Amino acid sequence: MNVIKQTAAELAARIHSGELSSVDVTQAHLDRITKVDDQLNAFRHVDAEGALAAAAKVDADIAAGNPPASPLAGVPLGLKDVLTTKGVPTTCGSKTLEGWLPPYDATVTRKLREAGVPILGKTNMDEFAMGSSTENSAYGPTRNPWDTSRIPGGSGGGSSAALAAFEAPLAIGTDTGGSIRQPGAVTGTVGVKPTYGGVSRYGLVAFSSSLDQAGPCARTVLDAALLHEVIAGHDPMDSTSINSPVPNVVEAARQGASGDLTGVKVGVVTEFSGEGYQQGVLDSFQAAVEQLRALGAEVVEISCPNFAYALPAYYLIAPSECSSNLARFDAMRYGLRVGDDGDRSAEEVMSASREAGFGPEVKRRIMIGTYALSSGYYDAYYGSAQQVRTLITRDFAAAYSQVDVLVSPTTPTTAFRIGERVDDPMAMYLADLCTIPANLAGNAAMSVPSGLAADDGLPVGLQIMAPALADDRMYRVAAAYETARDAAAGGALINQIPEL
Amino acid sequence: MTAIAETLDFDEVLEHFDPVLGLEVHVELNTNTKMFCGCANVFGGEPNTHVCPTCLGLPGALPVMNGKGVESAIRMGLALNCEIAPWCRFARKNYFYPDMPKNFQTSQYDEPIAFDGHLDVVLDDGEVVRVGIERAHMEEDTGKSLHVGGATGRIHGAEHSLLDYNRAGVPLIEIVTKPIEGMGHRAPEVARAYVTALRELMLALGVSDVRMDQGSMRCDANVSLMPKGTTEFGTRTETKNVNSLRSVERAVRYEMTRQAAVLRAGGSITQETRHFQEADGTTSPGRPKETSEDYRYFPEPDLVPIAPSREWVEELRGTLPELPWERRKRVQQEWGLTDEETRDLFNTGAADLVAMTVDAGAPVAEARSWWVQYLTQQANTRETELPELPITPAQVARVIALIGEGTLTHKLAREVVQGVLAGEGDPDQVIADRGLEVVSDDSALLAAVDEALATQPDVVEKIRGGKVQAAGAIVGAVMKATKGQADAKRVRELVLERCQ
Repeated sequence: MNVIKQTAAELAARIHSGELSSVDVTQAHLDRITKVDDQLNAFRHVDAEGALAAAAKVDADIAAGNPPASPLAGVPLGLKDVLTTKGVPTTCGSKTLEGWLPPYDATVTRKLREAGVPILGKTNMDEFAMGSSTENSAYGPTRNPWDTSRIPGGSGGGSSAALAAFEAPLAIGTDTGGSIRQPGAVTGTVGVKPTYGGVSRYGLVAFSSSLDQAGPCARTVLDAALLHEVIAGHDPMDSTSINSPVPNVVEAARQGASGDLTGVKVGVVTEFSGEGYQQGVLDSFQAAVEQLRALGAEVVEISCPNFAYALPAYYLIAPSECSSNLARFDAMRYGLRVGDDGDRSAEEVMSASREAGFGPEVKRRIMIGTYALSSGYYDAYYGSAQQVRTLITRDFAAAYSQVDVLVSPTTPTTAFRIGERVDDPMAMYLADLCTIPANLAGNAAMSVPSGLAADDGLPVGLQIMAPALADDRMYRVAAAYETARDAAAGGALINQIPEL
Repeated sequence: MTAIAETLDFDEVLEHFDPVLGLEVHVELNTNTKMFCGCANVFGGEPNTHVCPTCLGLPGALPVMNGKGVESAIRMGLALNCEIAPWCRFARKNYFYPDMPKNFQTSQYDEPIAFDGHLDVVLDDGEVVRVGIERAHMEEDTGKSLHVGGATGRIHGAEHSLLDYNRAGVPLIEIVTKPIEGMGHRAPEVARAYVTALRELMLALGVSDVRMDQGSMRCDANVSLMPKGTTEFGTRTETKNVNSLRSVERAVRYEMTRQAAVLRAGGSITQETRHFQEADGTTSPGRPKETSEDYRYFPEPDLVPIAPSREWVEELRGTLPELPWERRKRVQQEWGLTDEETRDLFNTGAADLVAMTVDAGAPVAEARSWWVQYLTQQANTRETELPELPITPAQVARVIALIGEGTLTHKLAREVVQGVLAGEGDPDQVIADRGLEVVSDDSALLAAVDEALATQPDVVEKIRGGKVQAAGAIVGAVMKATKGQADAKRVRELVLERCQ
């Protein structure tokens, strides 16, 4: 048995039964990181000591005959470097936070600790989660384990690459416009953006407050559901956190794995196809739709006409919020300080520090957002974008009055080559074309592997979307699809990944 | 260049101009905790001890609304006869300043919690002026900067600056008047009377300490002049740093005379922030506002909208105490006071204390006299407020009772009060410790009287001869012998008896 190739559910069962120790499992993943991460740069920071201490505590608990702290107790995880960890570096992929040690844990971090999940370290990301390739990290790009000349998606490329490379069985991502799902799709892993407000944002360093949502990343739908259950739930520290029961996603995933989708209505979003979509992606998506039909689902086409405006609306709302959220990085209280030579004013030091601390994409978005919020432009830009947001929410509501879930390709193409789109922001932004609407509406959405594209042999993701608070519904469909696809393909997609 | 007189004579100002005022008053609420986090809301404290990730604006931290703060804002709005918004939001006011942790202030912009009200203000001669209230909105206070080195104590020219974030996030209500026009020569007085009335209202509501000296109530005075016979407002200045009721009046008066001098000399007023100089009653220019600053307001995405139900608003209306002007009227009638006596009673802030002293058994006239005269002098000498004096209404009532019983003379009573103020305990304790009781034992007094009579036989003869006024010499001698502790009236009676 190769420990690192096990699913989280399998590892948990073996750890809880005493067959494996959490320390051994954690150490195996730390060894794997040591062995392969030079080729990938998936981890920004490895906290071997902290992870092993947490693992030892789980082992001691189990040895003492105590029940495990959670169904995932003892199974290690990679945490996106945008969630604060007390005393452990949190850089958000930015120079401006190099060396910063947060004095507090994010709620997600706290829940993971309480659940007995050892945190292996912090995973690489586009600076402040702005990007679709992890090339915008100030600490170098992360590489896709399927082909190290390619991007692992972004902004959470570190988390998905770590999963695909067996450096971690579980990871946490954050999804503002697709930063969990698009990396999941291009690395052949599962990525879930829960309903907005389903997982606390306290301690998630904000990019765009009204869109940001943390969620689980895993190699199987069940593992994602198990992790979802650990991190979700109402948090009084986050005013936008939903105060209602967490949908029973684990039960839904187990039920879905039995494979029957009779009575489930699936809508195919007609807007997400055609020009700009890679043929291999469209073919894989068609096959997935056929698979759903074969499982008993009723498939219909659904038009969501306002989705066409989602991308431009997103690129006004997200930069507007980011221009305000990132204002706090001013070198006064923490983070990089440049030019404090005794002669310069506070304003000059702030300006010099921000100039030195932020990368080009972050600066671009701060400038776009500052402009969009300016007096005289607010109505035309931010105001209009908010109206589009309302229209998109209505499109979703109309669609969900007819179907249970919506499906589309997660991203229009497979992983592109590192450097290919860095000088063309618009091409880069198109990677999130299909994922953005769910963020704007605050709905749930996820990506599950749908195979390899015939034209380039790289992973493709199927996006499954569900209404707010109906996260369980998409887990059921995803689990049914995963089981059927793996059976038809003779095993999980991840098994086809080349050895590093 | 001919020198222009800095100010114009006040009467001359009014010959040519009509003043227009706009007053913006910030009131710090006395909630237990800050507006958006659980930190203690207390004045002072060691720098940066009442802080947490939220009020320090650390990456990832989020605000949670203080319900008590919203409640206070609504009560304040109701007392100001405002409409209460059925739905409103916080907004972000974006600008960079080192004492503002997030570089945006969480405030309200176009959706204030309360709007369109009025406050009736009583002037010194009893005339009532109705001041229109434009809006009252909630926001958070900033931290404090201490600029070290440099001549002005301001940021420019300072060697370095110290930042204390204890005040950051303290709940504030900003109350903005509608333009106050047509007040003519009474404009400065109206300004002071308005702030005074607002202060009394806050005290009655119990929502703030309203200590102008500690900054828990701060007033910015907008002043402009329009040439007589015109209706278009002139360019205004905003005077800050107005830290007492008297300063409000002085600042408005000074700005009127300064602006008039500029305008009469053919100049124009610069729209700017000015600072009031307490020492000489002048204002000096601050930052010129060449263009109005663009704060890029947008709705705060980290907080949910505030939607106070009508039921709750009505319930809060029911909690409003008797308002100051209603109370003033009632007290004047009940105690049969003149207008002047009523004014002194309320202007010294003695009304509550007198009422409590009366409740403790003292007659109204004596209670009023002690608080409005002697104790007000004591408060002024000590540079504190009347309620801050270390003496209770019950103690004052006891002193008054002891005078009534003849145990204390007025002179001795003041000594007793001094003892109480010096922390020597209750009046009876002070009397015992200082040995201050009036000598009322006739046998002891008689001995002293006889001794005095024996030493001055000539005086005895005069008295016996009908010159009763000569008894004063004997009384004086007895008082001297008893160190002033005898009741002079009784001594006189005994002297006359002995001489019969």
